[in-house]
Amino acid sequence: MKLQGFDIDVVRKGSGQPLLMLHGGGGPIAAMPFADRLAEKFEIIAPTHPGFASSPIPDHFNRVDDLSFLYLDLLDELDLNDVILMGFSMGGWTAVELATMNSNRLSKLVLVDSVGVKVGGRYDRDIADVFALPAEKLVELMFHDASVVPKPQDIPDEQLQVIASNRTALGVYTWDPYMHNPKLPHRLHRIKVPTHFIWGASDGVVTVDYGRKYCAMIDGATMTVIEKAGHSPQMEQPDAFVDAVFAFAG
Amino acid sequence: MKSWWFTEDCYPDLPDEDSYRSIRVDLPNIHCEPEKASELYNRYLDLWCACDEIGLGIMLNEHHQTATCMVPAAPIMLGILARQTKTARLLILGNPLPNRNQPVRVAEEMALVDVISKGRLECGFVRSVPYEAAAANILPYKGAERLWEAHDLIMKAWTTHDGPFNFEGKYYHHRQVNIWPRPYQQPHPPVWITMGSHGSAIPVARHKHVGAVFLAGYPKIRDVFDGYRESYLAAHGEHAPLDRLAYLGLCYVGENEREAEDGARKLLWYMESNKVPAEWSNPPGYHTPAVSATVMRGKDGSGVPTNPTLAQQMTRGNVFAGTPDQVYEQIKAFWEYSGGFGHMLLMGQAGFLSDADALKSMKLYKKEVEPRLIELMENADPAELWEKSKAAPVQEGVDLGNFGIEFVR
Repeated sequence: MKLQGFDIDVVRKGSGQPLLMLHGGGGPIAAMPFADRLAEKFEIIAPTHPGFASSPIPDHFNRVDDLSFLYLDLLDELDLNDVILMGFSMGGWTAVELATMNSNRLSKLVLVDSVGVKVGGRYDRDIADVFALPAEKLVELMFHDASVVPKPQDIPDEQLQVIASNRTALGVYTWDPYMHNPKLPHRLHRIKVPTHFIWGASDGVVTVDYGRKYCAMIDGATMTVIEKAGHSPQMEQPDAFVDAVFAFAG
Repeated sequence: MKSWWFTEDCYPDLPDEDSYRSIRVDLPNIHCEPEKASELYNRYLDLWCACDEIGLGIMLNEHHQTATCMVPAAPIMLGILARQTKTARLLILGNPLPNRNQPVRVAEEMALVDVISKGRLECGFVRSVPYEAAAANILPYKGAERLWEAHDLIMKAWTTHDGPFNFEGKYYHHRQVNIWPRPYQQPHPPVWITMGSHGSAIPVARHKHVGAVFLAGYPKIRDVFDGYRESYLAAHGEHAPLDRLAYLGLCYVGENEREAEDGARKLLWYMESNKVPAEWSNPPGYHTPAVSATVMRGKDGSGVPTNPTLAQQMTRGNVFAGTPDQVYEQIKAFWEYSGGFGHMLLMGQAGFLSDADALKSMKLYKKEVEPRLIELMENADPAELWEKSKAAPVQEGVDLGNFGIEFVR
């Protein structure tokens, strides 16, 4: 669809209460099995952030709030109300920014292994520097079971190029300040909808401890920790993940 | 032909290569003994000062968080040389502009060096290599765009003399720009910019700046230089003078072949020691997705080979080594094939090459090679050289695969 003059790829599937799904740095996820299950209860609206999946990045886009404003426009354009806003990792950060800007069209907020705030001191690496890690080490931090992840050598070139462009887009939005907005903690009081955190117990990119501290910053927010899952519990434990969503928002 | 002598100021006394993952970015500086570093810096400065006496131009650069090049602030080295040398031109190639948050500071530093040296500065700007992203904490995405915006701001700072001007660009903001001192050379010092591709040469040619190419060898040199020459001709209605183009290779001149080969092998430390894993050589946004994918696949998947032989590097046009006659013939052949250039940039010291050996090669080059290159240039016509270059069949250089693929600029 056309937003702010750009073509944005938006997947829509299922029917029911609208669920705006914002993917993380790995790229679009709406085709995964967990999304099919969610689509049994909700109407999923899943945009691809500009720059991901080899899409172009608008010249002036370089921060997460560019995306948040884009999706506020999307909510207006589709005239969606009573929306469940769900964000994964950097998509979670995007969702939090959006909710602090204007939560009038939202009914609930779901944050999955989300980044966006700094919880420690200046010498603490709250969020793993994903751009500085050897590929094999990053996979270890991201997944509970890294053995199922294909090695770059086994990935077809075309797909590897998409991964490379996703990485570039992730860098464009999150490089500095790294994966967070220092002002965001001072704006979280503006979130007026019930908020639930879902976290993979084995996440090494942003740990459960980080998640708990983040959760404590939002009034009334609750949290589900999913065992045997890393940074993407929706991939590693789709059933437990969907159960957690239904329990909160179903 | 103008010749420039260059060393990266390496710190070669490192532990066994197998004991560390990378020579750049995260090699702990416990391995850098201050006493030894001090000795090395002073040695390298002495070699540059020797250029002044021998009659070679001086070239220096900077890198960060690496033992391959211990100069994290080339303008400081340049300041020393501005004072300690008397006649040599001083080429910094260059200031990594995209990694600078304050281009006006660069304009000030360069003007200062130009004034102290009484107008001997040749000021280079580079996009910089991918390994610099982490050290600078700057996302390399659209680095060329940042480079050119910083360039525009610096040029205006150098050439504005009637009080402050305002600059509010896409990347840089500076509201009261009025540098002191202004440059010694008017309207500004000569500007050099590195080029890694046909496309990157175009804006350099439009500005009539010197376009420099590092280690592109036979496989790539014509493509890059042609980009410059075509663009120059289109923009200015005349052929690019040869002094607008520069090429850098490793060079060792010996009295005999054996001596030369020995020296050249030591220079190859520069390439052989460059152990850098993908997380540093492939920061987000530096490479095109295609190149990035290749680096991600790594050595195991036909990625980046690191150890070409001396013979391969010579065939490729990355290393010129031999007796004076041989080196002259090697450079001449490459020069003709490339369509000609007016500046020969010589990496003449690296690794464990001793000062005595470096000096011997410098002197032999100056005495036996350079005069012939100057003679070669005297009657050279750029248009004619370009035609000949276009007509020359593709040189069967050694295919080094993806060698240097992660080293664009």
